[in-house]
Amino acid sequence: MIDTGFILSWIDYTIMIVYFVFVLGIGWALKRFMKDANAFLEAGRSIPAWVAGLAFISTNLGALEVMGMTGSGAKYGMLTTHFYWVGAIPAMVFLALFMMPFYYGSKARSVPEYLKLRYDEKTRGLNAILFAVMTILASGISMYALAILMEKVLGWNFHLSLVMSAAIVLGYTYLGGLSSAIYNEVLQFFIIVIGLLPIVFLCMKDLGGWQGLEDQLAPIVTSKGYAPDTWTTTWKYTGSATANPLGVEWYGIFAGLGFVLSFGYWCTNFLIVQRAMSAKSSTAARNTPLIGALPKMFIPFLIIVPGIAALVLLNKQGSGFTLPEISPGHYNYDYTIIALLKQYLPAGVLGLGITALLASFMSGMAGNVSAFNTVWTYDIYQSYIRPVTSDKAGDDKHYLKVGRLATIFGVLVSIAAAYLASLFGNIMDFLQTIFSMINAPLFAVIFLGMFWKRTTGHAAFTGLLAGFTIALIHHGITFPDGADTLVKGGWILKYHAYPVEMAQNFWTAIYAFLTSALVTIGLSVTTLQKKSDEELRGLVYSLTPRHVETGVPWYQRSTTLAILVLGIGTVLTIWFW
Amino acid sequence: MGIDIKLPIGLMFFILGLLLTVFGLFTGGDEVMYSRSLGININLWSGCGMLVFGLIMLFLALRSRKAKTP
Repeated sequence: MIDTGFILSWIDYTIMIVYFVFVLGIGWALKRFMKDANAFLEAGRSIPAWVAGLAFISTNLGALEVMGMTGSGAKYGMLTTHFYWVGAIPAMVFLALFMMPFYYGSKARSVPEYLKLRYDEKTRGLNAILFAVMTILASGISMYALAILMEKVLGWNFHLSLVMSAAIVLGYTYLGGLSSAIYNEVLQFFIIVIGLLPIVFLCMKDLGGWQGLEDQLAPIVTSKGYAPDTWTTTWKYTGSATANPLGVEWYGIFAGLGFVLSFGYWCTNFLIVQRAMSAKSSTAARNTPLIGALPKMFIPFLIIVPGIAALVLLNKQGSGFTLPEISPGHYNYDYTIIALLKQYLPAGVLGLGITALLASFMSGMAGNVSAFNTVWTYDIYQSYIRPVTSDKAGDDKHYLKVGRLATIFGVLVSIAAAYLASLFGNIMDFLQTIFSMINAPLFAVIFLGMFWKRTTGHAAFTGLLAGFTIALIHHGITFPDGADTLVKGGWILKYHAYPVEMAQNFWTAIYAFLTSALVTIGLSVTTLQKKSDEELRGLVYSLTPRHVETGVPWYQRSTTLAILVLGIGTVLTIWFW
Repeated sequence: MGIDIKLPIGLMFFILGLLLTVFGLFTGGDEVMYSRSLGININLWSGCGMLVFGLIMLFLALRSRKAKTP
């Protein structure tokens, strides 16, 4: 039995209940605005930039991210910040400045719909169906993780916490649709930050600040066979793959994480892009990822730094800090954040911390559900099952109803997926790996479509499939060293071993992207472009008038914000080099 | 869409902040309880911080409401 359990008192439960009352209350308050499908599924394109920006980052700050990144902080130290500073910021700035004008300006209601406008029906269909299946499974996996955590930590009944959390998410997304999900994500953002701050403060105080942390880390890190400051630097030891715990060289980080994985995730994942598409104006849509990038850069201090501190505590005599072991000497780092909560927080702030974790689970789930119902209603139902009719008002009502039903359906399938995950954990792991392969080819295809008007529909469709196939094959013939299941790779033949799983993921994405890009370029040159320049206006860079920011004060302009974001990112990178 | 999110955020953190501050004041003498948080009354401090944050949000919400209805 894992001894991470702790008992909550009445004050902790009161905090949790107050939070849930507000979450459902926001859904309730928005109910009266849900008059048509556009309001329900697209938030009526009325969200202010700062709200969309915080929601943008909050969707990504799901519990799996919080738990995983704290664990990675212990495992890899400050190298984990590569997932933020090089692995998110450049992609977010690129999305804002170069891609949002087309996503937003094309009036597409989803990323699959952009593919339909830019390419053709089959490319949209492929993407829409994959996306719908993927989001629902992802939502199920995160629900499963929540229920298992609550069972192990608080001793709550697995089934009860699964159904309760699903009911709350269903409650507020059914009532208020995408707006409700977005407004709640902002609330969730603040509760996550404020709920985790006491831990950062207490563990830094306990270890004597950053200097104390560095001093106490040195012997631990040296005993692992690395240079003493490996855990507190980012790029310093990336000259060779064996000198850092990530097992990747600087160019692998740069190309894999900084380019393919991050651009694939941030620029094409509808879950994320939907937040910016709901903004109230094209300037607000461009500013959304940039406003999100500002807090994103500082999240490492909230979740990675405590993870690093946990590594010190784990090796410190008399700290009383432990993590559950998978096998003797191998800790389950996923529990790092929970163990820290237990270590430092008395009743009161403890409830706040637990509420923050619950909030991060729900924001992930609600995000998935609200992206699913949009893609389902517009890209699958409206395209293949019941197309629009001449009756505009009747249609509006009808699609609103379909959107609502899709919300219920999505939550129910998520619950089913959660049970599937509890039965076959490995299969879900495998599915997640497979789905992570979709983004890199998709980015190649959308990128080429936006910046090269010659790119054709046939080429894009084949490019997507080719990239995906190569990703699968690469995953099938390589494996991380010491992997004991075929889920991690090598299920065709064991051709090549990577030092760690991370390296394998990077290279899978790089190969998938390159294949997809080359196939798309090759076929675009040889197949006929069926779309006229007129049809491509607003969808392709060279055929779209430049976005001019007139009437916007200089400090609200996207370029100003982008320079600020990149400037702070550069300072942080150099500071922790 | 018609709601100003600053209002519920402000209200919630005001309530939670008040709750934690009062709880911190009442449990302040409990050394065993606060030995975990290194002897710091973390409830009191977090509560005060949240109260201030909640009030700022409420203030901003009321200001933008005034601006809309002159």
